[in-house]
This record gives sequence, structure tokens and C-alpha cells, in this order.
Amino acid sequence: MARSDVQLMLDVKAGDEQSFALLLHRYRSPLVNFLYRMVRNREQAEDLAQEVFLRVYRAREDYVPSAKFTTWLFRIATNLALNSVRDNRYQRMEISLDAPVTADAENGGEKTMDVAEKHPNIEQHLIEKARSKMIRHAIEKLPEKQRAAVLLHKYQELDYGEISKILQCSESALKSLLFRAYETLRVELAPLVAQQLKQ
Amino acid sequence: MSCARMEGKILGYVDGRLKESERLEVEKHLGSCAACRLRANEFRAVSGLLDELPVIEPSAAFDLRVHARVAAEPVKQSWWAWFAPSPRVAFAASMLLLATVWLGLRPPDSSLSATDIDKINQDMPVLENYDVISDFAPLMELPPPVQADESTQQNQQM
Repeated sequence: MARSDVQLMLDVKAGDEQSFALLLHRYRSPLVNFLYRMVRNREQAEDLAQEVFLRVYRAREDYVPSAKFTTWLFRIATNLALNSVRDNRYQRMEISLDAPVTADAENGGEKTMDVAEKHPNIEQHLIEKARSKMIRHAIEKLPEKQRAAVLLHKYQELDYGEISKILQCSESALKSLLFRAYETLRVELAPLVAQQLKQ
Repeated sequence: MSCARMEGKILGYVDGRLKESERLEVEKHLGSCAACRLRANEFRAVSGLLDELPVIEPSAAFDLRVHARVAAEPVKQSWWAWFAPSPRVAFAASMLLLATVWLGLRPPDSSLSATDIDKINQDMPVLENYDVISDFAPLMELPPPVQADESTQQNQQM
């Protein structure tokens, strides 16, 4: 039977490095994806995810299983992501507006994969790419706390109690945050939403 | 239920996270409110669109980088570790203890016989006088002894 996250963390605390490797394997992908959707830069997302694991390792001796492991893990990740987003915002303000816009910058530093082989129909491929870009931009435009709430709720499937602990707000405040986020997304993605409703 | 109260429930309803009693209450409201019904459908559509975002895989070097950073972490010494003897210190301490015990248990030096000791005791006054004379200040101030060769040369000149 697979050991629980808390048990693995307690084993890490007892000096078992293998348990840390298991936790890393279990959460590397969810963390990198969460951070990638928060900061919109793959390299930065991986750097932040490494920092999260490093902080977990550093805190192993003081670890007390008072809350769910995921709550603790994503709280560290969210704090790092929010700080990073704020820092990036200030950095962007310093960049000259005359700087040439490259295709890479347009994609938020993301190197898009060439998926032409998967889509023989180039028109279909371009439509899907534009659709995906629209959804990404809609999420990106959300205020950072609303964005974090949506990502934790939608992709990590954490319950309201956990998310409210991560974002350090009450459950009712979280529900209000999510409602406003979905309202914004509903407006931003109106053409796609209309299409969805027609189907 | 009012439309304002739906704000806190509608997303839970769309995601199927409501309790049975809450779900029935929401459905009752949706049955009579077209605006909330439309909003619920639109939220469901938004949720479906969010599912379309691709999932990325961490790079191949990700795990290696984490392990390298963890390995580079300084090893924390606990407060109690200060009391734990290191092998080198333990070895040095045991050697010192052995040497002390060996010196303590060693029999007294028996290389001098009783007659040698008697002779030393007899010579003791002479040795003591030598000590006094060798360190006697007035003797230090005496002129150096005259060489025998010089005195004979002087006698011949006279």
C-alpha cells in the first residue's frame, strides 16, 4: 500500500531520503503546472518548483502533520508564485516600451511545441492554437489571488477548506473570489462560451 | 433561495461539490430563475474550457536539479550532537588514559643501588660548595688568570 504524504514526510524527517524522492515524484508535475499557469514562464516555473521542494526539505525537522501535506505544499508554492508575479510586474514596468515584441515574448516566454504532426489539418491546428491562447490569456488577466484560487480549485481539485488555508482567507471570501473570477472568465471567453453552449 | 445566495453555491453546484441538501435547494432555485440557470450553464462552459489547457511535463533535468540542490544543503548539527564523541577525539582520549595508567602503575626507577645513593649523599656537601663557589659574585670580579707562557717571557726580559 502506498504511504500517505504525511507518512512520507515523517519518514523524510527521520532521515529517509528515498521518501523525499517519492514526494518529489508525486508532486513535481502538479507543482510545475500550477506555477507555470501562475507565472507564465516555464523556466521560472521550474525554478520556483525546485525552491518549493528545497523549502520542504529544509523544514523537514520542524514538520508537524497539523494540516494536509498538499495544503502546506501549495501554500509555499502560492506564496512564491505571488511574490514572483509581483516582482515580474515591477520588472516589466522597467522594460522599455520600444523593445521589439518577439514571438516568444508574445507567448509569455513559452516555447510552443510544433504539433503539426498531430494535426494534419493546418486550419484546425491554428483554430485550436488561437482557442488555447485565448483561454491562457483570460486566466493570465485575472488578478493574481483570483488566478491562484481558480488554479487550485480547478486543477489541483483541493476543497474549499484547503484553498482558504492556502490563500489565508475565509471560506466565504474564497467562494466570493472564485465567483468573481468565473464571472470575469465568462465575459472574457464569451465567444467560446457561446460555442460551448450551442454544442 | 435568493439569487444573491446563489453566488456562494453556483460553482460548487457546477463542480458537483455540494451536499445533497444544498444541491436540491440550488436546483429548486434554478428551476424558477432563468438568469441563474444561464449563469450556471455558462460557468459549466468556462470550466470545460479550462480543461482544454494542455498539461506540461517538467524537464528531464528537473529531478536532478532538485536532488543536487538538496545535496548541497549544509548538514544540520543538532544541539545534542555536540555531546557525541567523534572517533578521533575518542581515540586520543583513550590513548591519554592508557598512558596515564601506565605511568601511574610503573615501578620506581631501580637503576641506582643503595651504595650509589650513599655515595651521592657523601658527595652532597662538595656539590653544594661547588654550587656556591660557581655562583659567588666576588670571584667573578677577579682578573683573569695569567698565562704561564707570558710570565716566563717577562722573567727572561728582566
